[in-house]
Amino acid sequence: MDTLVAALRSLLPYDSVITDPVRLRTYECDGLTYHRATPAVVVLPDTAEQVARVVRLCNDFSVPFVARGSGTGLSGGALPREDGVLIVTSKMRAILEIDLDNRRAVVEPGVTNLAITEAVRDRGYYYAPDPSSQQVCSIGGNVAENSGGAHCLKYGFTVNHVEACEIVTPDGDLVTLDRMDPGYDLLGAFVGSEGTLGIATKITVRLSRAPQTVTTVLAAFESIEQGGQAVSAIIGAGIVPAAIEMMDALAIEAAEAAVACRYPEGAGAVLIVELDGPAAEVERQFAQLTEICSGAFELRVAADPAERAAIWKGRKSAFAAVGRISPAYIVQDGVVPRTSLPSVLAAIDRLSAEHGIRVANVFHAGDGNLHPLVLFDDAEPGAGERAEVVSGAILDLCIEHGGSITGEHGVGVDKSRYMPRMFSEADLDTMQLVRCAFDPRGLSNPGKVFPTPRLCGEAPGVRKGVHPLVESGKAEQF
Amino acid sequence: MLGATVREAGADDAVSGVKPRWVALPETVEEVAAVLRACAERDLAVVPAGGGTKLHWAPPPERCDVLLDMCCMNEILEHAAGDLVVRAQAGVTMDALATALADKGQELALDVPFAEGTTVGGTLATATAGPRAFRYGTARDLLIGITVVLPDGTIARSGGKVVKNVAGYDLGKLFTGSYGTLGVIAEATFRLHPLPADRRWITAELDRDELPPVAAALAASQAEPSAAEVDWPDPAGPLTLAVLVEGTAAESRAEALRGLVGKGALTGEPPPWWGLISNDDVLVEVRFPATGTRAVLDAVAGTGLSLRGSALSGRVLLESWGAIGEPALAAAVSAVRERVEGAGGRVSVLAAPYASIDRWGQVSGLPLMRRVKEQFDPGRRMSPGRFVGGI
Repeated sequence: MDTLVAALRSLLPYDSVITDPVRLRTYECDGLTYHRATPAVVVLPDTAEQVARVVRLCNDFSVPFVARGSGTGLSGGALPREDGVLIVTSKMRAILEIDLDNRRAVVEPGVTNLAITEAVRDRGYYYAPDPSSQQVCSIGGNVAENSGGAHCLKYGFTVNHVEACEIVTPDGDLVTLDRMDPGYDLLGAFVGSEGTLGIATKITVRLSRAPQTVTTVLAAFESIEQGGQAVSAIIGAGIVPAAIEMMDALAIEAAEAAVACRYPEGAGAVLIVELDGPAAEVERQFAQLTEICSGAFELRVAADPAERAAIWKGRKSAFAAVGRISPAYIVQDGVVPRTSLPSVLAAIDRLSAEHGIRVANVFHAGDGNLHPLVLFDDAEPGAGERAEVVSGAILDLCIEHGGSITGEHGVGVDKSRYMPRMFSEADLDTMQLVRCAFDPRGLSNPGKVFPTPRLCGEAPGVRKGVHPLVESGKAEQF
Repeated sequence: MLGATVREAGADDAVSGVKPRWVALPETVEEVAAVLRACAERDLAVVPAGGGTKLHWAPPPERCDVLLDMCCMNEILEHAAGDLVVRAQAGVTMDALATALADKGQELALDVPFAEGTTVGGTLATATAGPRAFRYGTARDLLIGITVVLPDGTIARSGGKVVKNVAGYDLGKLFTGSYGTLGVIAEATFRLHPLPADRRWITAELDRDELPPVAAALAASQAEPSAAEVDWPDPAGPLTLAVLVEGTAAESRAEALRGLVGKGALTGEPPPWWGLISNDDVLVEVRFPATGTRAVLDAVAGTGLSLRGSALSGRVLLESWGAIGEPALAAAVSAVRERVEGAGGRVSVLAAPYASIDRWGQVSGLPLMRRVKEQFDPGRRMSPGRFVGGI
């Protein structure tokens, strides 16, 4: 490792190679603080070429590397390796080109999601995928995780808005993956691969035209069932809103305690529905929506951007707000088909009662993406374990209903053990073929996404116990 | 032993002139797997086929022992209308799918600009896209789950039946547009959209020079057109632009867009050529960023090819109305390529009966693509030679 550090120092300015143990600890986890590991060394390259050189060095030394953007990920996708190099892109934050004629922007990976929108908002454009952390999360991280957000119901995810990526492959080559190119859709495979297929060093995103009208409505229902029925009725009416978000009573209580969002008192559920598009269309959809939500005991319509922000404030701060009503919590991220929402929410209620663990529900109702907040007191013996059980059982519920173990946070290190519950061994082996094509040596963010990847070049089949090559010390199982 | 019906191939089963020995007609995913396993044991090369509407696209296979005809896998497995999701076998025709979905007031917003009979699997394998790609994206954007069978018979799934899902690698993206060279697409799950309440078209005749600014204005318009197609049968003359508006207020939005175009007729039906291809013996696809529109039009003008396609999403098709000889086509393709690649675009020859044509032009990332092929199909038995770089 010392030789590697010396080699890294010859590549990068002194300040850009961190080995001081105290400073290294800044990087020991991402947004999921539950998993921690101190990296052996942290580098902060300025250019794609430097990233490529660092990766080539890692190859020369057979040392694993992990890329990290702003570190807002919630699945431990950027958890460092104690025996590896952490490549942080925070210095690469230039917006290289804004090309409104072609509705695109070319940016470096460290640029924050919101910065792209801020750069073009005055001219009537924006970048559509909007994770709740958009003020701080980096676009490189968004690409790695295929991030979503409240508005992906209508507008899709990161992968639908990325036109091209320059990447450093796991063996250190700079390659451009462009939607325009003929051939395999490697760009599609790369986005959402959680740093296991290389590092994005330049990203071309699609910019969207700001809609003519945005109408944001808050509907307060007495029960979560009524809220759920309204969601189904909206979709059933053929309306595709920009967003449909739901919060239950406990989540509302938390938001109220933290940011005084002044949601209607006594609500069992609130629904935030945002309609956008041409004024004439939004007007008619709003009329339909009002009728559908006639069972709501209060309906608020934002009259201006300030009121819209006020409506969103409670929702956007909900995760952090839960800290006000619970000493500790797990943010779960699972997906169910929208029509299963009522039965899954009821089952979560039962789990909650059974284990004596409170669960607050805040979620993207339009696409069935649940974010149950599993609350517990870490001072209470056994509570953390019970919360883990409930949290895992919720994922099982999602799988049972034909859903997914993650809608937007990624698998990372946190959920890799759940992958075999959702996918068969053959499915996972097939995904490994992609990994082996990009990263035959398994150096790029090893240990993430997949529980036990087979070695590249090894024929698939039933395997039990430690691999003989690993046992003999000839290969390492990442 | 295979479970699947296998018959001897006839002259009609040839793939771009290469005649297979057998035709296999599996009815289930397991039968596809059994056929592929048997082929693997005997080192037989396989070419999957759907409706056969695009089987003459791409170069001929280096070898073809078995034509895997997916026509019998024609079931819609699940239409979860409340979830706006459908799962179908690969051999379901796009027409049959559309009819079934329309019964519930929904649609797969993926236009297929080809003859009837085209299937879900073939549409995905060739990544074809039609007019409304501007608004809804292409096949890869609407596909949320896939079941594939690898050349060794492994059945693998990725994605699922929920729209929002980031668990694992997206094999669906990789197989979309892979021309049957990685394995067989057996089932696909798509996100759906409600059928629009209303549709209107604006049709206008424009001079070549008028199109680029009009297209730019349409793309930026908050009246949100779903598509804008251009038909230019004779590049010596004017072109026809048709703009589609969908939704609850289509009429008033169409009026606003007609104002942008500056002229045109408003109709409730598309022009007869909308989203169709008349003849694809010779077919060239040109993709380009919006600012490349003028370069594309200029480049096509002298070639004798006609143009039809999207002015908004930068994907047009060039067809040959009369016979075009090999040297003339080669010259036309390289002339267009020269202008368009400079503007950030790409030119692919989808169909041509000539061996010497450079079909794909520049492909960045080719070494990585070769490695993907090597991993999925080390025996080079899936549609060998039919894709970029001889993959």
